[in-house]
Amino acid sequence: MIIFDRVSKRYPNGREALTNATFEIHTGEMVFLTGRSGAGKSTVLKLIALLERPTRGTVVVGGKNTSTLRARHVPAFRRHIGVVFQDHKLLADRPVFDNVALPLIVASTSFKDVDKRVRAALDQVGLLGKERMLPMELSVGEQQRVGIARAVVSKPPLLIADEPTGNLDPDLALEIMRLFRRFQDVGVTVVVATHDVHIVREFGQRELIIENGQIHGNLNDSLPSVIAVR
Amino acid sequence: MGGARHIQALLGSLGRLARNPFSTALTVLVIALALALPTALRLLVLNAQAATGDFSSAIELSVYLKTDVPLTKAQQLERNARERADVARVELISADKAMDEFRKYSGFGTALDALKDNPLPHVLHVQPRAGAQSATAVESLRHYFTAWPEVDLVQVDTEWVMRFNAILDVLRNLLAIAAVLLGAGVLAVIGNTIRLEILNRRAEIEVTKLVGGSNAFVRRPFLYTGMLYGLAGAVLAWAIVEAAVVVLGRPISTLAELYGSHFALQGPPADDVSVLLATGIVLGWMGAWISAARHLRRIEPRA
Repeated sequence: MIIFDRVSKRYPNGREALTNATFEIHTGEMVFLTGRSGAGKSTVLKLIALLERPTRGTVVVGGKNTSTLRARHVPAFRRHIGVVFQDHKLLADRPVFDNVALPLIVASTSFKDVDKRVRAALDQVGLLGKERMLPMELSVGEQQRVGIARAVVSKPPLLIADEPTGNLDPDLALEIMRLFRRFQDVGVTVVVATHDVHIVREFGQRELIIENGQIHGNLNDSLPSVIAVR
Repeated sequence: MGGARHIQALLGSLGRLARNPFSTALTVLVIALALALPTALRLLVLNAQAATGDFSSAIELSVYLKTDVPLTKAQQLERNARERADVARVELISADKAMDEFRKYSGFGTALDALKDNPLPHVLHVQPRAGAQSATAVESLRHYFTAWPEVDLVQVDTEWVMRFNAILDVLRNLLAIAAVLLGAGVLAVIGNTIRLEILNRRAEIEVTKLVGGSNAFVRRPFLYTGMLYGLAGAVLAWAIVEAAVVVLGRPISTLAELYGSHFALQGPPADDVSVLLATGIVLGWMGAWISAARHLRRIEPRA
């Protein structure tokens, strides 16, 4: 699903956020991306979601090389990825329903399907019945779950989350993580960046550790498939 | 499916405009004034043309006979002139009658009494038929009368019509310049309004792009907003011009009556109104497009 092959990312300000990173994440896997703040976790997620392009190396997501993808194909590419943010990036002036429906609206889904699928997504995150409320009227945990509902509403094969539990107390954080695992159970590839090592231990999933822009962790099994793709 | 999305975008834009009635009204007013000015100029030209069409029935040749031509001869010449096919009407003003009128209107009454003889000639006022009022037809008629031995001088009162037409030409050029400049002004106003709208909705645009909204999808509501501004401005411009016609109609009719004309001020014809509305919509769309092309590209989602 995701292949990083000797990927480096240097920002215009000269900071090298990622150096020679090579790893692979298989379809249906749930992977934690851990490391200190500023270690490069966000950069990895940005490279996956095509918010950034690599300075060197190759990023392949869902069989598409992000370096060579034309600008006009980027929207269609992003529709295959659900993204969850720490600050959830909800539209404050729109009710929950509209926020969750946005990925369906941009993909020209019929109104009937929009209604059905938004309800299904809200049901999955336990917020059915709160469609008409504004994000501000919800608790922080609920807001985060709206963000997750939005990320999964169009049933993307890949779900990425950047510090989704950063603002939550441990109980809520655990609840959110269980939610992610439920999506993995139905075949979604899930990549979660977090600095919360306790949660990672608890879930016992594969872990990619980033330290000063270098990737550590289970690299050995990824190399052969990288070569095969190239 | 695509149609439903467009209607949704249109309604969304409409709703957003309605939520900020004051700033929307100000923008629409500026657009309306910019569109109303060329529309009013165009109406001025149209009405001036209509007015001259009315006055052209006043084209007349004044045929001055030599002072030694007796009245009976003048009356016979009047009958001769009337027989010509291209002549609509002939009126003989005898020297005595002319003298009476002059005495009456000039205020030189007593001074004129001092004259031994009447120095004025008999005059034939000849009005060409409707089909014979072109410059060349009038000219040939002038030649015809000049050839009569009894005729001293033939005067044609058409110069003012030519001058008037020249003024109309100037007005038409002014109209073209005003239309281009004010059209550019409308583009700038709408472009700037859309720019502010884009900056205001930056967060929404970022999120929309993040979940896979294409540039066309993100741009669409702004194009509709631009078109709605243009259309609303054009409708208001139309209302302004119609109101001006109502206000000016009565005094202008009175003025025309004083000149013996039945001219009445006309409002903009249906064709002009269609052009005005279409221009508003097209300018709105273009202004929004230019602004969206410039500013939307710069907004990319940040994580």
